[in-house]
Amino acid sequence: MANMAQAIRLALHYAEENLELKDVFGEDVGPPLGGVFTATQGIKSAWNSPLDERGIIGCAMGIAMTGDRCVAEIQFCDYIFNTIDLLKMVGNTYWTTHGRMPLPLVVMTPVGAGIRGSVYHSHSFDAWASRLPGWKIVMPSNPKDAYGLLLSAIADPNPVLFLKPKALLRVKGKEMIPGEPEGDKVLKSMIDAPVGDRSNWKPKWPKIEDYRVPIGKAEVTRQGEDLTIVSYGRTLPICNTVADELQDKGHSVEVIDLRSIYPYDWQAIKTSVQKTKKVLFVNEDTEVTNFAEHLAYRVGQELFYEIYAAPRVLAAKNLPGIGLHPNLEDNTVPQKPQITEAALDVIGQQP
Amino acid sequence: MAKKKKKNKSTSSHSQQLPLPKNQILELYDLMVKARVLEERLIKIYKSGDAYFWIGGPGEEGFGVPLGLLINKGQGHNHDWLHLHYRCSPTLVAMGMPYIDAIRLIMNKATDINTGGRNFANHYCYPEWNVAPVTSPIEVQYSAAIGTAWAQHRENANGITIVSGGDAGTAEGDFASCLVWASRPGNELPLLITVQNNRWGISTSYDTQHGEQSIADRGKAFGMKTKVINANDPIEGYLGMKECIEYIRKNKKPMLVEFKVSRLYGHSSADGANLRNEEDCIQNLEEKLLNWKLITKEEIKNIRANYEAEAKKATEQARTEGGPEANTLWDHVYVDNENADWRNF
Ligand SMILES: Cc1ncc(C[n+]2csc(CCOP(=O)(O)OP(=O)(O)O)c2C)c(N)n1
Repeated sequence: MANMAQAIRLALHYAEENLELKDVFGEDVGPPLGGVFTATQGIKSAWNSPLDERGIIGCAMGIAMTGDRCVAEIQFCDYIFNTIDLLKMVGNTYWTTHGRMPLPLVVMTPVGAGIRGSVYHSHSFDAWASRLPGWKIVMPSNPKDAYGLLLSAIADPNPVLFLKPKALLRVKGKEMIPGEPEGDKVLKSMIDAPVGDRSNWKPKWPKIEDYRVPIGKAEVTRQGEDLTIVSYGRTLPICNTVADELQDKGHSVEVIDLRSIYPYDWQAIKTSVQKTKKVLFVNEDTEVTNFAEHLAYRVGQELFYEIYAAPRVLAAKNLPGIGLHPNLEDNTVPQKPQITEAALDVIGQQP
Repeated sequence: MAKKKKKNKSTSSHSQQLPLPKNQILELYDLMVKARVLEERLIKIYKSGDAYFWIGGPGEEGFGVPLGLLINKGQGHNHDWLHLHYRCSPTLVAMGMPYIDAIRLIMNKATDINTGGRNFANHYCYPEWNVAPVTSPIEVQYSAAIGTAWAQHRENANGITIVSGGDAGTAEGDFASCLVWASRPGNELPLLITVQNNRWGISTSYDTQHGEQSIADRGKAFGMKTKVINANDPIEGYLGMKECIEYIRKNKKPMLVEFKVSRLYGHSSADGANLRNEEDCIQNLEEKLLNWKLITKEEIKNIRANYEAEAKKATEQARTEGGPEANTLWDHVYVDNENADWRNF
């Protein structure tokens, strides 16, 4: 099975062959490295940009103005903050020009903790991104969704921010990408660049097929009756594990992988919460003015008389950074013990 | 209209060598006046309470009109891309923008094709002419210009990209980005980087903030051809602009060019929009035209009066039109009006 980095590569390859993707660029995105997480190795249209995030977003904007499709990368979302006004501008251009200037572009950037990345390689961006109207924002939690969401993002006529949970980039999927060869070793030998001299290396692309995950559509990854957990990205597989473990203890937990942060799948949340009557939102951006607070607010407003417990948000502590030592990181962003505890706590509440 | 009359005079006895064919000089003059009259009308519209804000380009016609006349206008990679700022009405006028477009924009009418009543005066967008949206944050256009120039470079297209902005804004990082990205070895971009140096930020004087000898000098460190042009002499502005555009079209390499201009009505309506005592490029050209006997004082008056009447008529038309309705707020957040309101997800 492909890991998420390979899935992204497969999607970029598919898009340059079939969706007129013209440029994939950013810091160290082209040869020889192919991206700090190898997500752009072997991509024909991948090139190295100057070390200049504003230039990267500006360039993407200009390319999109011409109608050409591009995927621009910000190497770590920790370094996207000096482009925030350009991101705002990308989001408002179509609206401000009253529909005259669409900007079909994709920005992808690794987000979140989980690789012992210390203060400047552990930031999240989903809550910030949710305050950029005009963008669509997606975040996969497995390779197949990464493939399907990236193709949808590239084909979308609007700007799309593709958040890559960096802790999951090397995690293999459980489902095949359509057209993916059987056996990990085969895919690796075909599309992973060799260690050492790569100057003559070329990938052998498998005949992968079109597969889209619609933007705005969530997926129920565990069925349950007693609690709904809504999550995305790095914390999603942990929530699945928590649901499995609680199942053994007699608690039935439903898990929703939101996949799209904006537009988000309210119908999926609503349907599930109307059934379970209890909801826990989990993500790893900081907790104050967190995107999940909006969702919890909405549950409170629209489902108040149907629910049996106050909607709960479990997110990163509102600290200036994520400390490097495991004791610091693991107690800052949600991990399995905190998610389990919060889940049991919400399940235990009685009206 | 000015042109017809001058035909009879073409036999007049100016034995001196003109720097440009006579009809081109007269067209340049005519469009500069046309642009100036528009800005003066926009200021009047603001002062009469029909607009919330004015900002524009009176005093920069010696840069803007030559640019509008010399570009390869159209849509697509093979035409020139323009990344303009809020003082560039002269370029749009020279390209053929009707007055009514600018007037509907400053009055925030629903009929404003540039922004639908959403944005400030002189914030244009003409995709059909490769005119990128003008936006308020200073200098961001220098980053976006990299992208259109890159696409033209990638496709080996005939079009080039031109970006404009003020002197104070060159302190922003986007200006440096533009220089860096335009001059990468092996990937030099067909990009004309211009700066309209009117020697002012809002109220901050150029002399207190610039240690460099000239802004254009900054291009030298990147191996770029550079030039300083006095656009208060519109003939110099035109000939200089022509040389730069031809160089970039031929060599597919960037240039950094500084145009000296004036700011005749201050920064914006925020500081009064009153006429200041600065050198006026139109007066300069008029003096030359009179010396060369290409025009009479009477004709000068007529050109102005005709454009004033045209501007007035457009204003009267726009006054009859309504503003955008509140129920259009969510229009064009996403393409094809895909729902963007979370209440309806
Ligand atoms: C990023 C940003 N900072 C500040 C402002 C407010 N502002 C608007 S115009 C201006 C001065 C710009 O001066 P200059 O770049 O020389 O251009 P000019 O207006 O003189 O043509 C300032 C500070 C802004 N619009 N954008």
